Amino acid sequence: MNSTIRELLSKHGGLPVSVETLADDADLYEAGLSSFASVQLMLALEDEFDVEFPENLLNRKSFQSIAAITAAISSIAPDSQVA
Amino acid sequence: MDMQTSLLDRLFDAGLLIETGVDGLYGRSGVFEDVISRFEGLISAYGGAEGAEMIRFPPGMNRAHFETSGYMKSFPQLAGTVHSFCGCELDHMNLLKCIDEGGDWTKTQEATDIALTPAACYPLYPTIAKRGPLPPEGGLYDLQSYCFRHEPSTDPDRQQMFRMREYVRIGTQEAVTEFRQTWMDRGVKMMESVGLDVEIDVANDPFFGRAGKMLANNQRDQNLKFELLIPVNSAAKPTACMSFNYHQDAFGAKWGLAFAGGETCHTACVGWGLERIALALFVRHGLDPKAWPANVRKTLWG
Repeated sequence: MNSTIRELLSKHGGLPVSVETLADDADLYEAGLSSFASVQLMLALEDEFDVEFPENLLNRKSFQSIAAITAAISSIAPDSQVA
Repeated sequence: MDMQTSLLDRLFDAGLLIETGVDGLYGRSGVFEDVISRFEGLISAYGGAEGAEMIRFPPGMNRAHFETSGYMKSFPQLAGTVHSFCGCELDHMNLLKCIDEGGDWTKTQEATDIALTPAACYPLYPTIAKRGPLPPEGGLYDLQSYCFRHEPSTDPDRQQMFRMREYVRIGTQEAVTEFRQTWMDRGVKMMESVGLDVEIDVANDPFFGRAGKMLANNQRDQNLKFELLIPVNSAAKPTACMSFNYHQDAFGAKWGLAFAGGETCHTACVGWGLERIALALFVRHGLDPKAWPANVRKTLWG
């Protein structure tokens, strides 16, 4: 899951830095993730993992880091393979 | 008074608003306009000494600027664009025939270069960016425009065409956040001086769809938008009559608003919904301004 998230982040995050340089707990907003890019990432994650983020997870915290995204997706799709 | 009569009907009956047959699109009486004009005078009395540059744009804006603004990303449901007939004589004949037969004649209308202004400050940012780098102290602007939002409603405090007065501050982060705080304090004082009960609350814009839920939550999490609420149609659900918005450097980056050294400017705006404030005054003090409390009349009419 981690590598898929990194791939989608690289494609949709619009980050000025390479995703490979970011630790799992690095702050994505500090790395340059905009509100709009986080929405595009959210939609791409939903598509990829076939999940729907519930309203209580549609916030900045859920997309704060790769680890936070992993946790959010795991919580809504417990069967997903967490790599 | 019949409590079943809606506020809108009372305003129509009193002649303050004039029906057009379209929800949210109304004429205004002289009495209504006088209240708005006096309240605008009060705004200027609070903010006029700071030397804001006054600019009045028409209620339509350059469609290219509208597209760059990203409005369609966030609020496609509220947007309005101006379309016109651009055909030849034969097209005109077909147009008339279509109208005559009750068909949908609007399908052949073509987009013009004009979009309806969604908020008074939208045309400002590209205008200021075009002037070049901002001085170190930044800029302060005084705007007012009719605005359009496609949200038909029979609540008189949700009109499709309404006026928004704004002060916009472009500058450093410190300058624009201080500007916003100053106006939050002034806003409360101002409304209290005309006898209105207010509260200020964190708010979000009506972003479209599920993605919009996330944008709205982000906006709230970061305290980017506050609203000053006053009871108009309902005491339980007061109406936003002012808003205080901090855009961080989003508009600065989008439009290329920068200081001479290249550092991107931050922006903030404070807006008054003029019709909503007039309605709040009519609801609070009665439909005849001549009978309003003496202190309120003195504040507005001197």
